[in-house]
Amino acid sequence: MTVGESTEVPALEVEGLSFSYSGKPVLQEVGLRLEAGQFTVLLGPNGAGKTTLFSLITRLYDRRVGSIRVGGFELRRDAVAAHARMGVVFQQPTLDLDLTVRQNLTYHAALHGMGPREARRRAEEQLQRVGLGEALKTRVRQLSGGQRRRVEIARGLLHRPRLLLLDEPTVGLDIAARRDLVERVHRLCVDEGVAVLWATHLIDEVYPDDRVVVLDAGRVRASGSVSEVLASSGATSIGEAFDTLTRGPTEVAT
Amino acid sequence: MNRYLHCLRGVVSRELLRFLHQRTRFVAALVRPLIWLFVFAAGFRMALGVAMTDPYKTYILYEVYIIPGLVGMIQLFNGMQSSLSMVYDREMGSMRVLLVSPFPRWYLLLCKLLAGTMVSIVQVYVFLTIAWFYGIKAPPMGYLWILPALVVTGFMVGALGMLLSTFVKQLENFAGVMNFVIFPMFFLSSALYPLWRIREGSYLVYQIASLNPFTYAVEMIRFALYEQLNVDAVLIVAATTLVLLALAILGYNPARGMMARKGGGGE
Repeated sequence: MTVGESTEVPALEVEGLSFSYSGKPVLQEVGLRLEAGQFTVLLGPNGAGKTTLFSLITRLYDRRVGSIRVGGFELRRDAVAAHARMGVVFQQPTLDLDLTVRQNLTYHAALHGMGPREARRRAEEQLQRVGLGEALKTRVRQLSGGQRRRVEIARGLLHRPRLLLLDEPTVGLDIAARRDLVERVHRLCVDEGVAVLWATHLIDEVYPDDRVVVLDAGRVRASGSVSEVLASSGATSIGEAFDTLTRGPTEVAT
Repeated sequence: MNRYLHCLRGVVSRELLRFLHQRTRFVAALVRPLIWLFVFAAGFRMALGVAMTDPYKTYILYEVYIIPGLVGMIQLFNGMQSSLSMVYDREMGSMRVLLVSPFPRWYLLLCKLLAGTMVSIVQVYVFLTIAWFYGIKAPPMGYLWILPALVVTGFMVGALGMLLSTFVKQLENFAGVMNFVIFPMFFLSSALYPLWRIREGSYLVYQIASLNPFTYAVEMIRFALYEQLNVDAVLIVAATTLVLLALAILGYNPARGMMARKGGGGE
């Protein structure tokens, strides 16, 4: 699914997305564009609307204005095709603790219509990639927090999506595990050519070559490469830019 | 087509694996009807002989009478249990894993229902085996006859549970579901007493019981166990299942259902 398709079509394209919850606007006119192989950090304080944006992109809810296209497929019209092209790591852990790593992964593979043999092969392949090749038969309960996250990333990539969504994946991890995870996913993004959307409120997870989208109070305050965001906010560091952008009510041109 | 089967196999085997790991759940699911059988029914045996009615060919002991009701009870509890686990899954997020898979949502929900039904059928057959050794024996072919009846009943209570799970926002509210759904459904049915007997006692209860779809599920199982087809019961249960199923699928529709209502609270 990933390889054959034209790479000119963006992995994710969100345009004019607005969403309100019981009359209160949560997202307003949000726009995003992710190309293959791009690591995009969705940076925003708690309550900015990051999780809501993820829930809309994954179509957990659907009452919205605007368009969402995954690999060129409109989410509402071609939900099946769009879902086949995205992998998701949710904020909350979603593995079955009593099942083994392999059982968790083959369940996911089945949910993507893969047969058992294919599922096993890919499970092994992806686990190797996240450095957990030995853990196939281990029960998830016995893994550390960082290892569980890596299993979820392997799971998210099992069906070879074009887009990998991660919603604050480092929550609850210690410093070493966090650094390891950030590093690994950056590498995956380059190696696999998958587009990554990484939501966080921690600015030290941004690498110099990343693209950044700053979301605050439901609006995109800035987006572009790190240097573009710095230039547009007149800041010298991404931390400073984040502070300026998420404090001031004025929208910064993108 | 193959993809759909793989998806179904995946959902069912996960459910069965999870069930095998939750031994306490399995034991609890068996102990409940067994207590009814060994304690309640044995005690009532003297007071309540059941006269000859269809599908029975002779006078029967009370223990024999309540077997189909207890089978229904196993399925009813199991349906509610899966509903509970759907609320739990939704809070814990693993429901999302299911719902972001590239299949139509109605199909995913059907897979989930079939998985829950399979788990309940395993429980039912273990229960019937124990009852067999206890001395309560139905005609051998009856055990095969009830299989389709168990599938339909499993879908009916599973769809009911699924529908309820769209209304129950938090796990804590689940005790209310037990009180207001399971108990009335079970007690106000023909599971414990035949309808004609209830009628002698209270006409109102009789009327409620004859409107309760669970009564017909129990009767369908009862007749099937004795190699008979109760057409009315089958039609009523099937129709109820379809309605509940449609409502449950509607409830999980991303545009209108509970996911939308729950929306925005995530951050």
